[in-house]
Amino acid sequence: MKKILINECVLRFPAISRNESLSRSAAAAFVLQLDPTVEETAAIKTAVSEAVTNAIVHGYRNTKGTVEMIMRLYEGNLVQIIIKDKGCGIPDVKAAMEPEFSTAPPEEERSGLGFTVMESFMDKVRVRSAEGKGTAVVLEKTLIGK
Amino acid sequence: MLKIYNDGKRITAALYGDIDHHAAREFRTALDDVIARSRPELLVLDMENVGFMDSSGVGLILGRMRAVNDVGGEILIKNARGEIAEMIRLSGLSSLIVTKTTN
Repeated sequence: MKKILINECVLRFPAISRNESLSRSAAAAFVLQLDPTVEETAAIKTAVSEAVTNAIVHGYRNTKGTVEMIMRLYEGNLVQIIIKDKGCGIPDVKAAMEPEFSTAPPEEERSGLGFTVMESFMDKVRVRSAEGKGTAVVLEKTLIGK
Repeated sequence: MLKIYNDGKRITAALYGDIDHHAAREFRTALDDVIARSRPELLVLDMENVGFMDSSGVGLILGRMRAVNDVGGEILIKNARGEIAEMIRLSGLSSLIVTKTTN
């Protein structure tokens, strides 16, 4: 079935850690039109925060770059959020999505749970990545609302 | 932000705000400072005023658990509600959550 697009909003911001908070607030504001429950809003914010942190920490390895966030609303209360970076890419996506997989040094204290959390809080998580070109994480969730 | 309630060898650290990758660094420095200075037998992290936590919070808790264990103490978490408790459960750290206050 073809998805019917109702709304689309694109946000671009520098890949710096203080913008993690901005990205999840923007996602929360975008889904507000669906009158979401507290749990649904929290789920969206958490998944976005994980994907954006990955882009900053792993995609750009804390160097300069831009993160693009595309938020779409489709008919049937389907929310799709795509987080894109033009960073280093993931050589083995399947391995990277395993729980407790992390390439960050231990002192960074990354739990390796980012993708596990995204999958647990969203209906669908897809990852497209090319080494040296970047990564796109597609998050989808159908909201029931109040 | 962090508020510390010191009761001898038992310390409660009340965390305020969002715990994400950006904020985790500041919490880590402040908590490690408290652990090194007080060498607590018990460190309780009070999550009542935490509005948001992603998996960076799990890294923060795990790291502080190791730091407290290194000085012979233990760590517990109280007032973790909703998604924050869910996040802690996902990470397999549920055993650290206390349902009753430890006063």
